[in-house]
Amino acid sequence: MNIEKNIKTLIVKKPLKLDCGKTIKDFPIAYETYGSLNSKKDNAILVFHALTGDQFVTGINPVTNKEGWWSYAVGPDKAIDTNKYFVICSNVIGGCMGSYGPSHKDPDQKIFGTNFPVITINDMVNAQYNLLDHFGIDKLFSITGGSMGGMQVLQFISNFPDKSKTVIPIATTSSHSAQNIAFNELGRQAIAADNNWKDGNYTSNDTNPGKGLAVARMAAHITYLSKKGLQEKFGRKLQEREDLKFGFDADFQIESYLRYQGSVFVDRFDANSYLYITRAMDYFDLAKQFNGNLSEAFINTKAKFFIISFTSDWLYPTQENKDIVIALNSIGADVGFVEIKSDKGHDSFLLDVPDFLNALKNFLDKSYEEN
Amino acid sequence: MKNEFQVIADLIEKDKKVLDVGCADGTLMKFLKDNKNINIRGLEISKEKVQECIAKGLTVIEGNAEKDLKQFPDKSFDYVVLSQTLQAFLNPELVLDELLRVGKKAIVTIPNFGYWKVRFHLLFKGTMPITKTLPDEWYNTPNLHMCTIKDFFHFVKSKDIKIFKSLALNNLNSSIISESNLGVKNLFADLGIFLIEK
Repeated sequence: MNIEKNIKTLIVKKPLKLDCGKTIKDFPIAYETYGSLNSKKDNAILVFHALTGDQFVTGINPVTNKEGWWSYAVGPDKAIDTNKYFVICSNVIGGCMGSYGPSHKDPDQKIFGTNFPVITINDMVNAQYNLLDHFGIDKLFSITGGSMGGMQVLQFISNFPDKSKTVIPIATTSSHSAQNIAFNELGRQAIAADNNWKDGNYTSNDTNPGKGLAVARMAAHITYLSKKGLQEKFGRKLQEREDLKFGFDADFQIESYLRYQGSVFVDRFDANSYLYITRAMDYFDLAKQFNGNLSEAFINTKAKFFIISFTSDWLYPTQENKDIVIALNSIGADVGFVEIKSDKGHDSFLLDVPDFLNALKNFLDKSYEEN
Repeated sequence: MKNEFQVIADLIEKDKKVLDVGCADGTLMKFLKDNKNINIRGLEISKEKVQECIAKGLTVIEGNAEKDLKQFPDKSFDYVVLSQTLQAFLNPELVLDELLRVGKKAIVTIPNFGYWKVRFHLLFKGTMPITKTLPDEWYNTPNLHMCTIKDFFHFVKSKDIKIFKSLALNNLNSSIISESNLGVKNLFADLGIFLIEK
């Protein structure tokens, strides 16, 4: 894939000290924007993407030629209305859509691979903070994102407590659970088991560990859906055949669907980035940064929080979202919370779930009116 | 807005911090926010009602008062309001204790089972009373622990809870309840409104 064209990049000159101890500087952050920044510069929303997302939030992604990952939520007259708000999203560092990551070259012009420093959610948001200076924005109107995007939301407002008026973490957690880590490890081991991985030293598209990455994606994809959702969509339906074939082809539609999801993912994602980003998620434990007291993470912010979870999300279940609500309430923060009824699992935040989109729109628009 | 809410709003001074427990569609919250500059939060169990509150721009937490009040620190609100819901909890005593822990003061309203129409209904019809404040049938009512104004008055006293103000509401008229007129108010009011503190 040609990722050079159509990608806007900010080169961050300022050195950034990473949690691992290393310092990076003169590194690129790839970003995209939607809508326009008003003269008061008070209508900017910073959107953070999830594990496999990128800066192309909505419209047609110019690299993949597919719809942006949050097209249901972001766009003209949508929940995050780009007629009204200026939406900024950047590719996380460690990613593979133009921001500094393992597929970039080190100062000796050698591709980093697994020599790229291990990055954290904290490093990601510290890097993205540079976008505020770039656009001359003193205070964002909102920050939002689901899943790993929600983790970045929480880390961002903790690091920069007066830099956003409203804060919307969606389907997320303040600390990656053992189950979350387990699923990520499964994905990483699938990649490592592919002979083409070569400890991360693969170079061209032809020799990349596509099979391992596809298996990682298939396993992860199951965690994004609910049992009920899968059953209703696929059940035991057969794939273009009348009966079982007594072999190991994809007899069932669900098998074929997962194989397809795996194969299209490989075309757009880098295996080493998958390792780095899942690692960052696993290391995320916001309470631990504050000696086990999550409330302390938010003690300095006056921002208005709105937390959203989904009934059928078993990857980042309602209780983990509610733990954030509880931490905020215990310090008297301004926090609203709603659990949206949906059968679509963790992926609900990416899909056409009207109750979710209405709540998001109403919260944003009403908060903006009070601005 | 119903008269009950007007009476509640009159009990709350401007610029206070208030939690409305079981805030429903947020009518009272919106009134307090717009007219008295109240820093207002709601707790509501119904997903549909929570959505209505969000559409009004109100800060609401979806949750259950019996489980979710414990996350609020002691005396973190000037007032905690509970409108016509106490009788619907599994353990009203526990909820009342929580209201008084979280709020410096609490405003609790109860549909009065001692109201003459209720008594009349049961006495002459011999079926469970249905009135304006008790609109449900026995088999689908959310109410588990009905009480009268007199019951609540005695209950609160027995728990050493201070009553600042107790009002009897009958249609558009509100009047002060006192120890001496308790029997009469218990007969003629369909709603009791209590401002209490512990």
